[in-house]
Amino acid sequence: MNELAETQGGFYTEDMTISVGPQHPSTHGVLRFVVKTDGEVISEAIPDVGYLHRSIEKIGEKVTYHGYVPYTDRADYLAAMFANQAFCLAAEKLAGTEVTRRGEFCRVIACELNRIASHLISVGTFGQDIGAMTPFVHALRERETINNLMEEICGARLTYNYIRIGGVGYDILPETCARILEFLDHFEPIVAEFNRLLSGNKIFIERLAGVAVVSKEDAFSYNLVGPNLRGSGIKWDIRRDIPYSVYPELEFEVPIGTAHVGSLGDSFDRYWVRIREMQESCKILRQCLKMMPKGPAISKVPRKFRPPAGECYARVEAPRGDMGFYVVSDGSEYPYRVRIRTGSYTAMSIIDKLSKGIMVADLIALIGSLDVDAPEIDR
Amino acid sequence: MQAYIDQLIQDGAFAGMPKEVAYAIAMVLVALVVLSVFVAPLAGVTSWLERRVWARMQSRVGPNRVGPQGVLQWLADGIKNLLKEDLIPAAADAKLFALAPYVVFVGFLCTFVVIPFGAGLIVADLNIGILYILAVTSLVVVGILMAGWASNNKWSLLGGMRSAAQIVSYEIPAGLSVLTIVFLAGTMSMQGIINAQGWAPWDWFLFHNPFTFAAFFLYFTAALAEGNRTPFDIPEAESELVAGYVTEYSGMRFLFFFFAEWGNLYVIGAVATTLFLGGWQVPPLAIFENSPVLLAVAQFLTFFLKAYLWVFVAMWVRATLPRVRVDQLMALCWKYMVPLSFVCLIGSIAFMFMADDLRRVFGAITLGFAIATMINFFRRVMFQIREAKPELYLKPHI
Repeated sequence: MNELAETQGGFYTEDMTISVGPQHPSTHGVLRFVVKTDGEVISEAIPDVGYLHRSIEKIGEKVTYHGYVPYTDRADYLAAMFANQAFCLAAEKLAGTEVTRRGEFCRVIACELNRIASHLISVGTFGQDIGAMTPFVHALRERETINNLMEEICGARLTYNYIRIGGVGYDILPETCARILEFLDHFEPIVAEFNRLLSGNKIFIERLAGVAVVSKEDAFSYNLVGPNLRGSGIKWDIRRDIPYSVYPELEFEVPIGTAHVGSLGDSFDRYWVRIREMQESCKILRQCLKMMPKGPAISKVPRKFRPPAGECYARVEAPRGDMGFYVVSDGSEYPYRVRIRTGSYTAMSIIDKLSKGIMVADLIALIGSLDVDAPEIDR
Repeated sequence: MQAYIDQLIQDGAFAGMPKEVAYAIAMVLVALVVLSVFVAPLAGVTSWLERRVWARMQSRVGPNRVGPQGVLQWLADGIKNLLKEDLIPAAADAKLFALAPYVVFVGFLCTFVVIPFGAGLIVADLNIGILYILAVTSLVVVGILMAGWASNNKWSLLGGMRSAAQIVSYEIPAGLSVLTIVFLAGTMSMQGIINAQGWAPWDWFLFHNPFTFAAFFLYFTAALAEGNRTPFDIPEAESELVAGYVTEYSGMRFLFFFFAEWGNLYVIGAVATTLFLGGWQVPPLAIFENSPVLLAVAQFLTFFLKAYLWVFVAMWVRATLPRVRVDQLMALCWKYMVPLSFVCLIGSIAFMFMADDLRRVFGAITLGFAIATMINFFRRVMFQIREAKPELYLKPHI
């Protein structure tokens, strides 16, 4: 020890290794980081994933196509609708099934509602990570209204099993449409209030501006997707660039990082992209409710669904970014292979790089700003 | 109180006893009475009120089951915590670990000795009253550091270290703001400071001059930081450090820390009231003249309400603001608050040499500015409430 002390200027210090998680209040589920710190300053944070692995991909090989839809809900339980849709898109592509037009609109409405709900959780818990308790509860209060609407639409509040191969399980009733409009009228001012309460808060901005900056190059090379990618100023949205469903007919903007408080790609930009995406989702919902045609919600799909042998990859823009289902069919009733690609998994990989030299409190802000979601990482 | 005991000794109530023993007995009795009659219910009710106020701000309901509107929730929590296992981790330094909550508690409780609840309602009007408060509250940091170290947990250690840096730093702006008032009043005695002010707002030190007005907010901010309250609650920062220095504590020892925290809120308010808001001063009404009991009650209520207003403000702040980072906290203290409080101190001293009439003008301007700020503030609060459509959420759904 004394020899070491001499080499270090008479004062021997060593890094402290802390295990953040899997039971930690702000790791959003069961994540774990092995953090090496020098006091408060982090020298290394190694993500340790796999605590929530449920073999959802393997289960896909054991159940029928129709039977697999409820399992996809569990891939990301905060945004279950998108996994539903991605898998159904893949299955439809394989079999060449047509989706009814009303079914497409129902899908978009359900998905955009779900996107708002998921982003509410994201920004709410993010506020809580920074120490602001009230915005979290306010966000959950609004999400509760969306859950009620979801219950009206499909009978479930969290794991929907709503989108089926060929359309949707249940049609959206006119009363429900009216209630969704009512919710939108109520929700849009709430976003403004949320901004007054949290986004404009000096302490909040100080905590996030310029923290954990992801450059454009890094965002590409680490394969960030969704709001994390757009936060770095890259205009890439599957809904706009690889259009699916009825998104080409809808008018919406793709918000990107504005760097109006810090530098491009910092934590605040990623947060701000989510806030603005909620507003864009409101716009999309209003258009959909106006444009929705009459007709059947689901097309005729055989109960024994046997797509021809082949493989396909379908991707949707989920709240946590590009979500893709790779499905291989051997012509039987069961998929030969299902592989899910999610945004949180790649987001986890960049934490190691970003965490060098930031403080313990910033690590929490970083995890929150990337909106990593434990079930989606491990599947 | 001290004078009263002296009187008792002279009257022979403690006959046959050395004077020191009599004082010791009186001290223990007074401490017990203050603790059980005032401090414990106060901290308890504050904890309940904070949860209710907080819940209402967050459109929740809050604890409402135990007693009317849940007002006895603190008793239930206390009993629950008494019955819990008092766990001491195997790797902890057992003696320090067990001692730490008491050190924190003592540091907080000792302040009640000099808090003036009324003209005669004070345990001991020490001539160094405010200095004594600054001194004993420093004991809290020792307890927190002990807890952080003895727990042998890395989160606790980080919390303890943060707390030490924070409390020690923020004592400087708090002390300097207090010094501003000590200069004006010419005394450190709590009663002396109150007597130097009047009952009317324009006689308070808060509106004495612009510098004391600023010193008040500096004091309040620094006191929040010393009391580990949001936005400065980084030592226990539950989203970062799990629970900071209390991570390993359970049962009654855990409760002692929070007992001290909630009670400390009132101490912050009481000191602010004494220094800046005229303390227990009531208007000289005719009805007070021949009934000293009514006067004492009025004084107590005046003091209590003024002090509790700041407890409410602290709850409000906690419900609104996020938490600052540890380096930002230090920068705020050393780069802004310490220089500003020096400016306040020197500016306030300069005012003392100003002609009385001119000083009154400045006092009136400060008061007018404060009232205008207040009106603007409430206008904005009303705007926010209107925008939030409270009729949607404020319906008590019990």
